[in-house]
Amino acid sequence: MPDATGLELIAQELRRTEGAEEGASAGSPVIETLFFRGRGTLLVEPGRIRAVLAHLRSRGYAFMSSLHGVDHHPHEPRLGVVYELLDMQRVDRITVKLALASDAPEVDSVTDEWPTADHQEREVYDMFGVVFRGHPDLRRILMPEDYEGHPQRRDFPIGGEPVIFTYNERQSLGSAE
Amino acid sequence: MKRELLGPPGTGLGGRVDPDVLRVRNLNARQLLRGGDLEGPNPSAHLEGADFERHVEESVMTTTLEKAVAWARSNSFFPATFGLACCAIEMMSIVAARVDVARFGFEAFRASPRQADLLILSGRVSIKMAPIVRRIYDQMLEPKWAISMGACCSSTGVFNNYALVPADKFMPIDVHVPGCPPRPEALMHGVLKLRKMVQDDPDMGWRERYDARGTEEVIPTVGGLGGVDAFQEPAAVSVPPEGDTAGA
Amino acid sequence: MSPTGQATPGTSPSMSDYRRREQSITLSSVEEQLDQASTEELLTLNFGPHHPATHGVLRLLVTLQGEIVREIKPIIGYVHTGIEKTAEDKAYWKVIPVIERMDYLSYYFNAYAYCGAVETLLEVEVPKRAQYLRVIHMELNRIMSHLVWLGTSALDLGAISMFWYCFREREKILDLFEMSSGQRMHTRYFQVGGVIEDIPSGFAHKLNGLLEEMPSRIDQYGALLNSNEIVLQRLRGICPLDAQTLLSLGVTGPLLRAAGNPWDLRKADPYCSYEDFDFKIPVGTVGDNYDRYACRLAEMYESVKIVQQALDGLPEGPHITEDRKVALPPRHELATSMEALIHHFKLVTEGFRVPPGEVYFPIESPRGELGCFVRSDGSSKPARVHMRDPSFVNLQSFSHMAKGAYIADLIATLAMLDPILGGIDR
Repeated sequence: MPDATGLELIAQELRRTEGAEEGASAGSPVIETLFFRGRGTLLVEPGRIRAVLAHLRSRGYAFMSSLHGVDHHPHEPRLGVVYELLDMQRVDRITVKLALASDAPEVDSVTDEWPTADHQEREVYDMFGVVFRGHPDLRRILMPEDYEGHPQRRDFPIGGEPVIFTYNERQSLGSAE
Repeated sequence: MKRELLGPPGTGLGGRVDPDVLRVRNLNARQLLRGGDLEGPNPSAHLEGADFERHVEESVMTTTLEKAVAWARSNSFFPATFGLACCAIEMMSIVAARVDVARFGFEAFRASPRQADLLILSGRVSIKMAPIVRRIYDQMLEPKWAISMGACCSSTGVFNNYALVPADKFMPIDVHVPGCPPRPEALMHGVLKLRKMVQDDPDMGWRERYDARGTEEVIPTVGGLGGVDAFQEPAAVSVPPEGDTAGA
Repeated sequence: MSPTGQATPGTSPSMSDYRRREQSITLSSVEEQLDQASTEELLTLNFGPHHPATHGVLRLLVTLQGEIVREIKPIIGYVHTGIEKTAEDKAYWKVIPVIERMDYLSYYFNAYAYCGAVETLLEVEVPKRAQYLRVIHMELNRIMSHLVWLGTSALDLGAISMFWYCFREREKILDLFEMSSGQRMHTRYFQVGGVIEDIPSGFAHKLNGLLEEMPSRIDQYGALLNSNEIVLQRLRGICPLDAQTLLSLGVTGPLLRAAGNPWDLRKADPYCSYEDFDFKIPVGTVGDNYDRYACRLAEMYESVKIVQQALDGLPEGPHITEDRKVALPPRHELATSMEALIHHFKLVTEGFRVPPGEVYFPIESPRGELGCFVRSDGSSKPARVHMRDPSFVNLQSFSHMAKGAYIADLIATLAMLDPILGGIDR
């Protein structure tokens, strides 16, 4: 893992290279760096995710382990997407996170650069409702395609069958009522 | 003896046996049933009383056609290959050598539902899969049975959430096998219980096994305490009528 | 809708497009969507989800030109169980049985990925004996998973008797699991901080017996299949895929190793005392189906070696962490110590609280990199549990592998891919 200083160096590079390209008004893509339990995390701006990932790839993190979503409800921006990158040569992992507001959960898809993101982005769309612009085939993958709602969001009810005890036995199936 | 066939096959007379010959055959059969010896010195002797009873018990099996058909059906289930999740691995275990389902004649797993008569639903049925399971079940021809194997398809098992459907909600199930996953022996017990059901064997349910009929508690309804109504409308503890094994 | 514009029978105009496609018999609407230039040559066939060869409820839309596969679209979700959502509703301890049922052939790996993630969050130390016991059970599970894979794959190829041989060995391994934890599958043996119980007496003896005969049994499987003419014709040179494409698709595990890349987390980034053991990583050369088969077979030998070393070197010590705030105290202490009673009560009713944070814990499961992402918000229930399942990512490589092959090769490739739909759908 990049240690804490290594992580700061990477973040500084990103601020320098990416921030400078877009011009000073666009600001730095890196909002925050976290070093927790020996693993480094970069919290980046959603609009710049492709550039950040491309920069990290040039630095050696060429394998995307995982792409998954998180729901930070009730904190806004609540929908997060987490990208886990791995450098196989130096056995190094780094995490890139971004956070989207629930009223406009859109982010660029990285599928053309990282083909592994194909099904994984579809899963994040299915479970959280994050729309990936530019994804070749953004449909629901785990739920039936005409399902309404995004199940993994924190405010989606867990659902299921009520457990039948004697006090609510009458409402169960198979009873005359 | 006259020639047995009245005419060569192909004519209107062929294929039918001469009625006199048939009658002789009937008499011979009756002799045999009574214990007579056709070749012996006294062919028309027959047994009486207890000897006759014993002779019949030893040599003749009586049954009804329904029972015979049920016996044949129950000993040759063709399960459909329908593994959904973890229980499918234990279902594969019953085909394997330790708990060998071929001992009972059930090893012919058919891939096509049209050729199968037993659907062992092994694994969790999600809402996307439920219509497909129903369609497979509909494609099976009568008589057909279904075993719900494991906790996930009987109820929703460990996962009581938006994604699963208990199998009872969309198709009739004959035997539920609990477990997560049920041991192969438990599934075998479930299949054998189904076999007994198909044979109309009344050994079903704990009320018969523990001779507990009549020990249920009848709670009176709202109307009164005891009386006729209490017996006709049982409340919280349901007492199934005689012969109905649904409550077992 | 059929090309002539009439509604397909059994559908109503108010039905959604998806339902109409699902009920259509001719799949003609799918052909239109697949946008083929000359549709009269291509046949779209629906494989599954109920199919004997799809290793679970996987649905494939296969576009064929004669017998040659032109395009495959896998459709999954038929065994989606909402495991991750259920895990958010339960205390950390109670998530373990739920998360075990994800990739249902490698249950110890699911449990370890999750327990490892929670242990990282809690910063709790797992005693050495517990680590060795975990390695023993995980490697036995790896052997068992490969045995089931081998039995069912050979069944798909037509070598039907392999199924019984492989399951014979599997029963012996399941006997060992039953000895240590009481259950054959989904044993809930791994707990946060260690394992739930120490192995009983007799376990080591029985395990030694199994390990002595296992290499000869694997030799027998090899003798049946390795030089078999039919196996060679069906697997050699069929559907190869190079390591670069596999890496870009995120594929790990035996598929990647068959293509020549020796990436194995047990060696590259050792966890759980794997650095104490001496074992090799089998690597293929061509990356075709035969290499995938040979890699897994060779991995079984290596796993036997690891278990033997772990058993011989099993250290004395506690089988779970001594931290009473995380692990239940031993039962005899409850009679004498008040603190033990309080800890027991707290753990069983509410469960332990985990400090807020997020962690991703990857391990090497029989199918590839299995990662568990746990996000905790400080309460006693996890806020997000996500399993990065290897089969889910490996499935994306299936269409790349099978393009241009025959249908029979498609079946063989699917068998060699070793997908477990429970992990894919979660």
